[in-house]
Amino acid sequence: MFEKTGIPSAEMIMEKFPSIERINQGAVAVVECYKEIPCNPCQTACKFDAIKVGEDINAIPKVYSENCTGCALCLSKCPGLAIMVVDGSKSLDKIEVKIPYEFLPLPTEGQIVKGLNREGRHITDVRVLKVLNPKSYDRTPVVTIEVDRKFLYEIRNIESEA
Amino acid sequence: MISVELAVIGGGPAGLCAALSAAKSGAKVLIIDKNKNLGGQLIKQTHMFFGSEKQYASTRGIDIPDILINELDKYKDKVEIITEATAVGMYEDGIITVLEKEENYFKLSSKAVVVATGAYEKALSFPNNDLPGIYGAGAVQTLMNVHGVKPGNKVLMVGAGNIGLIVSYQLMQAGVEVKAILDAAPKIGGYLVHASKIRRMGIPILVSHTVKEAIGKESLEKAVICEVDEKFNPITGTEKVFDVDVMCISVGLTPLNELLSMRGCEMKYIPQLSGIVPVRNENYETTVENLFVAGDSAGVEEASAAMVEGFLAGLCAAAKIGYRPKDFSERKNDYINQLKNLRSGPAGKHILAGIGQVSGR
Repeated sequence: MFEKTGIPSAEMIMEKFPSIERINQGAVAVVECYKEIPCNPCQTACKFDAIKVGEDINAIPKVYSENCTGCALCLSKCPGLAIMVVDGSKSLDKIEVKIPYEFLPLPTEGQIVKGLNREGRHITDVRVLKVLNPKSYDRTPVVTIEVDRKFLYEIRNIESEA
Repeated sequence: MISVELAVIGGGPAGLCAALSAAKSGAKVLIIDKNKNLGGQLIKQTHMFFGSEKQYASTRGIDIPDILINELDKYKDKVEIITEATAVGMYEDGIITVLEKEENYFKLSSKAVVVATGAYEKALSFPNNDLPGIYGAGAVQTLMNVHGVKPGNKVLMVGAGNIGLIVSYQLMQAGVEVKAILDAAPKIGGYLVHASKIRRMGIPILVSHTVKEAIGKESLEKAVICEVDEKFNPITGTEKVFDVDVMCISVGLTPLNELLSMRGCEMKYIPQLSGIVPVRNENYETTVENLFVAGDSAGVEEASAAMVEGFLAGLCAAAKIGYRPKDFSERKNDYINQLKNLRSGPAGKHILAGIGQVSGR
């Protein structure tokens, strides 16, 4: 189905997520790269050897979550915008999620925006905690949102309105 | 008559890299390009590129021409550029005729040539496909990303290959509503990371669908689409109507290389390379000696491969006319390995199958 719709199945998503114990320890990258394409900037971007593509740049990136600091450098480097960072260490009922967001208007800190799932459906409202857009991100801002924990495996996008 | 050592026809990704590679080896190069600005299609590609560092992966396409032109600047005394100049013919004696700014028509002779003329967009036939509001994806990108003009307000994207997916995303970035993306194939053709990032914006992707007809008086008002069976025959009763003022046709590209046919290169129709392409050896030299090809004119692929082909063809063309640098083998092997790497995955399978049929000599 994924190849017909662009929507990964729940099983595919779960395979990309580290264990809930790891998520609860602190920020960690989730790399939703499901199909082999010739591409390896995620590996190049990572300073901690937490993402490996290897010799064959078509290989699917492998995440070594024990090395990942959740720094989110890879988020703005992935040409497919396929990476997000999740952090379950901040609260029992909320998670923090960092996503790349290349649309205007950029949300502002503290703003409540629509939280969307992988179909673009509005599933919950989320609070914007931080918006980072330094020059090194090369016009791919990274937005940190606070989301109800029950949407951990569903949240993937936001819609920011003027 | 102008005489040069190496003529590069086309200043897109492949041509710029060919010129750079040849100049680096010491050859004097003339780049001819029909547009005002160098860079070819790169100047519209606001997204980040795939590939690896050597092919400027993760860099936005729009920023790559400047990187290459700055590099070319280091060889200022070796590189000449004529823009707004179209190579209109290439004759049996090797003479190229060029029309510059539609007024200056001149002959060009050279010791070697790299043809890097790119590709053109395929069309799609359906009733009223000539209504204003029905664009090729390239035109939409030119309007939006070069001139800052919105092509319309509500778009139906036809084609879920990489271009269709990327242009849909760029339309949304420009604040244009994309109603849906359709494709006659049963699967999404483009990279699925692109498909996913559009899908999570809420845009449906409809595979096994085609355009039945366009409706409108002065310009496009509605698009009627329908499902197709596995043989691409429309299924009656499955019609859907979209209120759109733009239909963006993105059904693939085909190599643009009539100059090579005219010159007498052996050409073959290779579906995997999207059309008629020249037979060439591993140096990208065609069956006509000292005539090289690179980029989409050799077979439609990603720009990353076009750039590496350009580097390879430029290196080999320069070597052929006496500029063989000490590190020739090292550079050549590097380019060949980069191409191998880019094509070694599932996405490159059909490309390799196509190239296997045109590798001569």
